[in-house]
Amino acid sequence: MGSDAGHAGEGALMGANPFHTPPPAGDTQLRPPINLQSRRMRLNTVRRYVVNHLVTVLAVLSTVIVIVPLIAILAYLVYMGATSLNLAFFTKIPAPVGMPGGGMANGIVGSGIVLGLCSLMGIPVGIAAGVYLAEFGRGKPLAGAIRFTADVLNGVPSIVMGLAIYSLVVMRQHHFSAFAGGVALAIMMVPTITRTTEEMLATVPHSIREAALGLGVPKWRTVLSVSLKTAAPGIITGCMLAFARVAGETAPLLFTAFGNQFWSFKLTEPIAALPLQIFVYAMSPYDEWHRLAWAGSLVLIVMIMVAVTLVRIYAARGMLKGAS
Amino acid sequence: MGVGINVEHLNAWYGTTHTLQDINLNIPANHATALIGPSGCGKSTFVRCLNRMHETNPIARATGVVRMGDIDIYKDAQPVQIRRRVGMVFQRPNPFPTMSIYDNVASGLKLNGFRNRAVLDETVERSLKSAALWEEVKDDLKKKSGASLSGGQQQRMCIARALAVDPEVLLMDEPASALDPVSTSKIEDLIFQLKSQYTIVIVTHNMQQAARVAENTGFFLNGKMVEFDSTHKIFTNPKDKRTEDYITGRFG
Amino acid sequence: MATRIKFQQNLDDLKERLLIMAGMAEQAIQRSIEAYRTRDLSICELVFQSEPVINRLEREIDQMALDLLAMEQPMAIDLRFILSVIRINADLERVGDQAVNIAVRVREMGAFANIDLPVDIPKLASLAAAMVRKALQAFIEGDAELAQSVLMLDDQVDELNDAAFYALSTLIKEKPEQTPQSLNALIVARNLERVGDHATNIAEDVIFWVRGKDVRHHGAAV
Repeated sequence: MGSDAGHAGEGALMGANPFHTPPPAGDTQLRPPINLQSRRMRLNTVRRYVVNHLVTVLAVLSTVIVIVPLIAILAYLVYMGATSLNLAFFTKIPAPVGMPGGGMANGIVGSGIVLGLCSLMGIPVGIAAGVYLAEFGRGKPLAGAIRFTADVLNGVPSIVMGLAIYSLVVMRQHHFSAFAGGVALAIMMVPTITRTTEEMLATVPHSIREAALGLGVPKWRTVLSVSLKTAAPGIITGCMLAFARVAGETAPLLFTAFGNQFWSFKLTEPIAALPLQIFVYAMSPYDEWHRLAWAGSLVLIVMIMVAVTLVRIYAARGMLKGAS
Repeated sequence: MGVGINVEHLNAWYGTTHTLQDINLNIPANHATALIGPSGCGKSTFVRCLNRMHETNPIARATGVVRMGDIDIYKDAQPVQIRRRVGMVFQRPNPFPTMSIYDNVASGLKLNGFRNRAVLDETVERSLKSAALWEEVKDDLKKKSGASLSGGQQQRMCIARALAVDPEVLLMDEPASALDPVSTSKIEDLIFQLKSQYTIVIVTHNMQQAARVAENTGFFLNGKMVEFDSTHKIFTNPKDKRTEDYITGRFG
Repeated sequence: MATRIKFQQNLDDLKERLLIMAGMAEQAIQRSIEAYRTRDLSICELVFQSEPVINRLEREIDQMALDLLAMEQPMAIDLRFILSVIRINADLERVGDQAVNIAVRVREMGAFANIDLPVDIPKLASLAAAMVRKALQAFIEGDAELAQSVLMLDDQVDELNDAAFYALSTLIKEKPEQTPQSLNALIVARNLERVGDHATNIAEDVIFWVRGKDVRHHGAAV
């Protein structure tokens, strides 16, 4: 055996490449690298820095501008109404004019009843409509009609709603009632809940639905146990928003629940409601009643805030149980 | 135990597009069969026709005969019944985000009304063991959400979920394409072990994977099935030039 | 639009490299046969010098083939091609070895008188060389028919070798003084028969590459 002309040797996978690859075609002239220290680049950098900070400041300012009125209102309400809050306020019905004492107990309970009614009626209908729009009605003409109706309903002024329910329910029944008030508020809740439900269901990834369908789960069960359950947080938020909105509505209740000076627990009788009483007291010429109106406003806002917070806590706990 | 699948003159449409043209093939029981082909060739559509998931799209339509065991799945049964006998694993893991690992794996049974605690416990354990995931999650079954696992673990959990309803056929649509090599190997080993109990159909872009796990391979092109043969034959000496061009990467 | 351009180029490079080696191996055989015919020791020297080059080429070609297998995941015909190249590579290196063996015999025979032997070494040699030529031609063109014809020539080579063996062993018994020449001739005949076998192997590898059929150790194939 003669001398071994020898290549890079055995195991030289990385070494001499026996394959001849041609050099890459194209740009062989290198452009000079960008000079990051040039005057223009430095000015540019400074400018970007300044703009960044400016916009951040504007954003924070905007947030403050939005929150300040809320805090101001709350603070003012507390200032004006807290002194009138006593046990009597929460336990007694309104006293005759001129007499001290008395409270808005019936209004608080009445609001609770009417809001409970409207939630019972409005939330299921709203969610069902949203489910139809998102899961079953894709592309069908009925879906378009439903959406259009919901948008229109949303825009109806609350007093018009009150008048409409007056003629549809109150006049038929020949009396004002808590039920009529519940119906009016329910109809006002439905569009918001429907739209939110539809949008939240649309955010549920299709792959999840397919997973359920692939397991042989029927469509209705898939919608119930998978789609709705996944979209639940968003849907709950939608319901809360709708609730918060109708909780303070006065105009629809003017011609439906009508208000009541005395205790009332029957659904077929006129019933007191906090917004209504606030309205009546605020418009009256009596100082005593004005003070009660302030107190009532404070209680109303606090009630809504408490309701919203409770729902959030419950929903979060529910989430932690299933997820984590 | 798995069943054989017999497909005759299967045609499928999405609206007016004729996505599957006259497919005929026999998928043997208790074997793994791979389906390869370029994107859009119809292999995913074909697999979705095997468990009637194709129909969940309102503009989809299919004709032909698909026989599993002795029943024609289009004529003799309802989609929901078929899907309980044919499990499916998708390309991207799709655990139910609101459910724990336990609930995810048991979902096929629970959502169909099954409530017996003891049987559910046993089924979940058995399925997770079959999917080679039991050891990793057995202490967190009810504490962790299905979506909190890693990608590879999620996919194995989805496999466990599919196995929990005790199907006869397992359809896998590119099950490892979204996973890293280690997870992919684990899933391939899994398929290897599951072959003896189920009939497995696996769609894959990865030809080495098809070669590693499947005894038979079918090559799809433009909605037609060009060649169907033993994997060994397809990858060493295919009959059709189009098959050869595809697997040597010389499409063009 | 062609795909895997780089891979195709690499396959072409591999084939080219193998053909270079084939050329050298074939040339070595031609030279060794010529050296036998003319007893020219300078030609033997040329054969000896080509051996290290052939060996180096064998290592390079195996390395190239290994790289392709590892990095390109070849399938079907590409896989069969690379496998055939690896096998043909080995056979060509042995053909080179046989050429060297024949050259060594020629050098040995130079020490003894030139006598006429009752064997047709030239015919055996030209047949073996023709087999190598045809097998390599079949490889260049991917011609399985041509490769098939090489398989059939192997029988003739075997017969000639057997005849030579018989004739020479008889001669050794009858004329013991001519034993060295006889033995050397016998060994050369054997070397040439081995060359024929290697050519047969190359042809079988070509058939495997082109048709996907393993026809080794059979008589004839489809």
